[in-house]
Amino acid sequence: MNFLSLINFILSGIAILSFCRVILGPTPYDRLIGFNLASGVITVIMVVYAVELNRIIYMDVALVYALLSFIGVIAIAKYLRAGDR
Amino acid sequence: MIAYIFFGLGIFFMFFGVLGVLKFPDIYTRLQASSKCGITGVISIFLGLIIRQGISIFSLKILLISLFILITSPVASHIIAQSAFKSGLKPWRARKPKND
Repeated sequence: MNFLSLINFILSGIAILSFCRVILGPTPYDRLIGFNLASGVITVIMVVYAVELNRIIYMDVALVYALLSFIGVIAIAKYLRAGDR
Repeated sequence: MIAYIFFGLGIFFMFFGVLGVLKFPDIYTRLQASSKCGITGVISIFLGLIIRQGISIFSLKILLISLFILITSPVASHIIAQSAFKSGLKPWRARKPKND
């Protein structure tokens, strides 16, 4: 077993644990925090996978995923704040 | 060898960040654990990959993603905390104040 695939295995477990908070969070902000942490971990998984397979084009997928998750978190936070007003 | 130390450090930080997110009692404490430990683990694993790869186009792109995460993650945490505070969620206390 490769060392980088072992790191990917452990990081996948951490991402699943972070999605537990998304499932059982009491308020929507708890779910948002869990999603933010999980998207960071998934970005790391994509970069480690790109280095393991030696493909340069998978790195662009990780960059676009990080950008889109950032925009999504900001949009959901702004939406929740506007709904309470 | 140094790269493996950085990998172990990153997994350590990420595991304890997720543990804090699962076990802390409030939004703000969970947000603190998520922000600090998440970004430290991400940057540490990226540093390990850069040291393992040497100077190449891979390490340049990893540096770009690392810079992007270093800019955007505090902004996301700040906006979540501001949104939660403006919508009226009170911070958690260990026990209720007596004459109040």
